Amino acid sequence: MIKTNCHSAFAGLSVLCLAAFLSGCSSIPLLDPKGPIGVTELHDIVVAFVLMLIVVIPVIFMALWFPRKYRASNPNAEYDPKWSHSVKIDLVTWLVPAAIVLALGTLSWKETHKLDPFKPIDPSVRPISIEVVSLDWKWLFIYPEQNIATVNQLVLPADVPVSFRITSDTVMTSFFIPQLGSQIYAMAGMQTRLHLLADTPGVYFGQNQQYSGRGYSDMNFKVSVTSLNQFKAWVQKVKQSPNRLDLARFKEISKPSIDFPVASYSWVEQGLFDSIMDKNRNYPGKIAIPPREKVTSSGMH
Amino acid sequence: MFGKLSLSSIPWDNTLIMSAVSGMLLLGLVILALITYYQKWTYLWKEWLTSVDHKRIGVMYIVLALVMLLRGFSDAILMRMQQSVAAGTSHGFLVPGHFDQIFSAHGTIMIIFMAMPFLVGLMNIAVPQQIGARDVAFPFLNSVSFWLTAAAAALVMVSLGVGEFSKAGWSGYSPLTERQFSPGTGVDYWIWSIQIAGIGSLLTGINFFVTILKLRAPGMHLMRMPIFVWTTLFTNVLMILAFPVLTVALALLTFDRYLDMHFFTSTLGGNPMMYVNLFWIWGHPEVYIVILPAFGVFSEVVATFSGKPLFGYRSLVYATAAITVLSFSVWLHHFFTMGAGANVNAAFGIATMLIAIPTGVKIFNWLFTMYRGRVRFTSPMYWMIGFLTTFTIGGMTGVLLAVPPADFVLHNSLFLVAHFHNMLIPGSLFGFFAGYTYWFPKVTGFMLDEKWGKRAFWCWLIGFYLAFMPLYVLGFMGMPRRMEHYSNLAWQPYLIVAAIGTSVILLGIIFQITQLVVSIRRRHDTRDLSGDPWDGRTLEWSISSPPPAYNFAIIPVVHGIDAFEDMKERGIAYQQPHSYHDITMPRNTGKGLIIGGLAFVFGFSMIWYIWWLAIFSALGMLFTVIARSMDDDVEYVIPAAEVERIENERYQKLLSIAGNLHADRLVRGG
Repeated sequence: MIKTNCHSAFAGLSVLCLAAFLSGCSSIPLLDPKGPIGVTELHDIVVAFVLMLIVVIPVIFMALWFPRKYRASNPNAEYDPKWSHSVKIDLVTWLVPAAIVLALGTLSWKETHKLDPFKPIDPSVRPISIEVVSLDWKWLFIYPEQNIATVNQLVLPADVPVSFRITSDTVMTSFFIPQLGSQIYAMAGMQTRLHLLADTPGVYFGQNQQYSGRGYSDMNFKVSVTSLNQFKAWVQKVKQSPNRLDLARFKEISKPSIDFPVASYSWVEQGLFDSIMDKNRNYPGKIAIPPREKVTSSGMH
Repeated sequence: MFGKLSLSSIPWDNTLIMSAVSGMLLLGLVILALITYYQKWTYLWKEWLTSVDHKRIGVMYIVLALVMLLRGFSDAILMRMQQSVAAGTSHGFLVPGHFDQIFSAHGTIMIIFMAMPFLVGLMNIAVPQQIGARDVAFPFLNSVSFWLTAAAAALVMVSLGVGEFSKAGWSGYSPLTERQFSPGTGVDYWIWSIQIAGIGSLLTGINFFVTILKLRAPGMHLMRMPIFVWTTLFTNVLMILAFPVLTVALALLTFDRYLDMHFFTSTLGGNPMMYVNLFWIWGHPEVYIVILPAFGVFSEVVATFSGKPLFGYRSLVYATAAITVLSFSVWLHHFFTMGAGANVNAAFGIATMLIAIPTGVKIFNWLFTMYRGRVRFTSPMYWMIGFLTTFTIGGMTGVLLAVPPADFVLHNSLFLVAHFHNMLIPGSLFGFFAGYTYWFPKVTGFMLDEKWGKRAFWCWLIGFYLAFMPLYVLGFMGMPRRMEHYSNLAWQPYLIVAAIGTSVILLGIIFQITQLVVSIRRRHDTRDLSGDPWDGRTLEWSISSPPPAYNFAIIPVVHGIDAFEDMKERGIAYQQPHSYHDITMPRNTGKGLIIGGLAFVFGFSMIWYIWWLAIFSALGMLFTVIARSMDDDVEYVIPAAEVERIENERYQKLLSIAGNLHADRLVRGG
């Protein structure tokens, strides 16, 4: 009940707010999402925001009005020096916030499950797979189906769900494309998942959202969303590239560097992503630990 | 001999750091010279450094907090200046890597070395007086706690000129803090300073927990304690339960760094996620550790200046209890984006929202305390109203971040930075400033200048809005936190406004310094002769300002929640007792200072791998503790005649202002 009520009551308001925001705010990426994940997240933000205003506006009003009205210099204000308890007010102050939290909690539970980054967007549609490796201080993107790879440049076909497998070959980082929604941490020896979809062709920015040392500020990448045909053409173009990503080349690009130029590779060492994960579970030159099960982020999911 | 330490450890080439260091050294020399010139060394040693008096220790804590506030705020100015210029191709004026040290130091200092000493200082000053006690349960331990905190703060200050501070953020996520990624001494400074201060905080928690439970005046059962005492009690519970987690997490990290172990590495079975969990299992309760005492101050202030008992006392106590319990069940909201499943994320999100309920209740309680009150607009009340309005906005953005899908896009952005400053500046700092103004006459015997206090308030409030509202917008513009420079020029205007806001806050701080200077110079005109300058309601206002060493000549008997208000109403507030007794008080000792000094040497030698010195200083601490435990002569007696002399003086003073005492409120209140 609460759920549906909230939604019908606030859907209108949220649309209004959204429209107001969006009119002059295309420079504000989170208010201008380019995919369903980002749109839903913005919607959740607006609904939660409006819900909370029910308490916040009266509180701010009372916080200014009460001291003004009951100022010592106002001879007309009542003074009730012993009044310090009221069951009615107690009930309201516990129950109104509780009701709002109930509504917000319900929204949260539902939306968190809907927007679980590990969950495929549409199980009936075959997504494009991309493997993301965070390096010091650059991003490596491997397209396993096309067997190509890029650095600091992500090209995505519009309207096709993207399934990311994400790991790190360095410290913890966070993979984030603000206009598409949801970020997720990249961690060495582990894999996290993220499912996004871009519905509008264009160029967006992506970044590391988790401080990772010296070159963190420059750990950005460009995201080009193209039509499916343009995407295919782009893959073909990359295929012509003389650069191949074998282990030696990977070792070279994984060395710490800042402002690594955009690069693309026409061929990728088989199983590179998994071998990076494996490598980070063990310690080169020391005791070898038997590899754990491939899909890890152990016990987290 | 000197481990890793050499002359090249000093960053000679960084002019900014070197000028800051020389400035600090110069200031230090001037202060030392002045003390010597005015021959105050004996006074300083006897009355302050070796003191175990909770009031003196409280003042030293607050002095430490204010000094560290200046340091932490300098870091803030540098960050805002850097970000307001480092746009496009510009990399700003800071040398690479310095920005990373600055934001790491800013967070560490503001939480561990500004907020913590400030709240512990206020606790020290107010709690024993509010519960009708003569000191804390363990006065010597109190001195040890202070000197450990001061030693740790000194380590952070030394890191500026000798070596470097951590570049891994105040939360120090592994594996970035592992030796592989942070080989320098910076992380070690961070580890040892927090570790030493953390032990001090744990001891403080135990000390005040016992003090409140065991030393209350007769008649003051739990449900009659002033709210500040309640919030302190819950804060102590949090300190006792949370700080050991931090101590252990840092110890394990120390093993990783010093002994090549693998608790938090990504390799060899280590797990960095475990560090993140442990850190926030301490870190989230820590938020409430720094905020609950401020809530206590606000409760005292709003009741006093509304001339009414606090509205919904019981409700407020239960709300605080609820917050205390819930604060341990929400830590995961600091990392919804680490890959936990939807059930886990949603559960922690909802637990986080639940905290908003008791917090909301508190806000309504304060509002309805003013309702039908007689509100006096003193500067503590300004901080209170500024807090109520501003904190509500921060609470709203906090609940927003508790919705996991919202956090997925706002996490680690400047929105987050804006949010927690929006909680901690109005929530904690404004409360500390209110408490500082409120209890200042109690401690010193004269008032703080109200005019400069209000000017400072307006600067802080306006400066806060200018500095942090743009950061909310920047979060929506996708700007991550901790950027040394950025290429997106659309962000720059907002960062310039934020920098302007910071300079308005700077003006506020300058006004606060002015306020202190002006107040000291006018102290003879603003003496608080009654001991009750604000028409207060709790026991600390029943004794003289400043109070005698023993606080209460005769321990009062408590009959209600607002014990002193009750006495005033019954007309017995200023009745002189017929006779006095001998009073036994703890004797001053330098051993707390020695332990603190050795802790500093120990931390420093661990940081620089000077093993012989580390062993020497650790043994020194051990022997000092043993020596103290062998010492049976730790108390002295103030004879009844001396008590009588002091108290007679007090009643003489009261007589001289008899017409101005807030003795009988019922008549005035009508």
